Amino acid sequence: MSLGAHLFLALLEGTVGALVLALTALGLSLVFGVMRIVNVAHGAFFMLGAIVTWYVSTLLGSFLLALVVAPLVVAAVAVVADRLVLRPIGYEPESTIVATIGLLYILEQVVLMVYGPYARPVTAPIYFRVDFPWFGYSGYKLIVGVIAAILLVATWIALARTKLGLYMRATQQDPEIAQAFAVPVGRVYTTAFGAGAGLAAVAGALIVPIQQAHYLMGLDALLLSFVVVILGGLGSLRGTLVAAFVVGLSDGAVSVLFSPTLAKIVATLLVGLVLAVRGRGLFGEEIA
Amino acid sequence: MRLALEGVDCYYGEVQILKEVSLHVDAGEIVGLLGRNGAGKTTTLRAIMGLVRPRSGTIRLDGTDLGRLRPHEIPGRGIAYVPQGRRLFPHLTVEENLRMGLLVRGGGADTLEPVLGLFPMLGERLRQRAGTLSGGQQQMLATARALCARPEFLLLDEPGEGLMPTLVGRLLDTIVALKARRVGVLLVEQKVDAVLRVADRVALIENGRIARHATPAELAAEPEVLLRYVGVRR
Repeated sequence: MSLGAHLFLALLEGTVGALVLALTALGLSLVFGVMRIVNVAHGAFFMLGAIVTWYVSTLLGSFLLALVVAPLVVAAVAVVADRLVLRPIGYEPESTIVATIGLLYILEQVVLMVYGPYARPVTAPIYFRVDFPWFGYSGYKLIVGVIAAILLVATWIALARTKLGLYMRATQQDPEIAQAFAVPVGRVYTTAFGAGAGLAAVAGALIVPIQQAHYLMGLDALLLSFVVVILGGLGSLRGTLVAAFVVGLSDGAVSVLFSPTLAKIVATLLVGLVLAVRGRGLFGEEIA
Repeated sequence: MRLALEGVDCYYGEVQILKEVSLHVDAGEIVGLLGRNGAGKTTTLRAIMGLVRPRSGTIRLDGTDLGRLRPHEIPGRGIAYVPQGRRLFPHLTVEENLRMGLLVRGGGADTLEPVLGLFPMLGERLRQRAGTLSGGQQQMLATARALCARPEFLLLDEPGEGLMPTLVGRLLDTIVALKARRVGVLLVEQKVDAVLRVADRVALIENGRIARHATPAELAAEPEVLLRYVGVRR
């Protein structure tokens, strides 16, 4: 292939990767933005979404059903974790880091015991190739990009236009005064944690026909999500989206043109560079 | 309708801030709460809103014990709060801040329009982020946001802080207009003259304890009382 074809392929891979990464990182950013906690278990929710998708697809034979069930199941797990672990420790920033590390290990080990150490494939619900002059490209990957984009827009609209979104943004800015305006802050926290996990899970579900489901697959997702959220500015959804595209496109380009390992190095260096120049990230301290 | 505190004790950690505080506000009444810095004025308002829990004593709105409600359930009973330092949601627009007030009791355009009538400047800046307003505009928005909650009782904490005298005058006019609508007001304010101008009664608080209740006329006749409890010579 010519260099131009390579670049076009890198652009395609990068865009699809960026959209899925944005979906995953948006969940992490939402949780940090609203609750001010660093959720180390976020990658485990991504992994759990993929594993549930494998089970539902395999046992019930419907990937589309899995796409609906996986985020609901994972959100339910997150809500239970919120009620049993995070709320009792008062959402203390330091304690929640330790608690979510524990949650990460518990989820991984439970999946290892029940599902096993294998990487298992899920067949894409539809298979077709889009033929470009230089190469053919997976139609499913393009559909993943479109679904991720639709979900991102839907999340954005929910945050910007709905009562729940308004309550989340108010809670982020001043939880005490939000309570003085009848906002049930505890319920908002639970909803944000559940929604953040659901977003990670749907990203995991979308990616599993491309990557295979494995109990350690959440680690890369967690690392890249942290890179994106820190680069974009902690708590800023706008920053998260912009950073996801910067990281996703550079990841796609460097992976296609050089190697995936170099892509991770470049992404991490990018964060270091941005933070050296602008400590709060690109859009620190805003949620929408 | 009456908002009443009886024997309220509040603590921050092991430090007692309020000591057997008892006071009440009736519908259509303006009660001033005066005292030196750190006397417990803000804590009194925060206790009413459920933001700090009394260790003993009761806070009642008519028959309802507010101490049994969770903080977010109290505003819906008809108590709105304008906190010290405004504490707007700075990244929300003016319109969204007002909507936060409207959502408390399901108010709509019929609630918003009269409020914007009181503060027409806000109507021209609905799309502007609250954090970019001037200090005076922010104070108007904080008051308007509370009024959008259609309160029976309004708690105002230092509403005149940092405002030009003309704006303080407008604010006082608004408070008097609320009284005419049978809204009860509990007003905490360092500007003693402003409180004495509009209040029906004044409670003086010292070291967390209500030291005296008086009318503005009584306090005007006893300047040494204000000097002792508020540190102001008139």
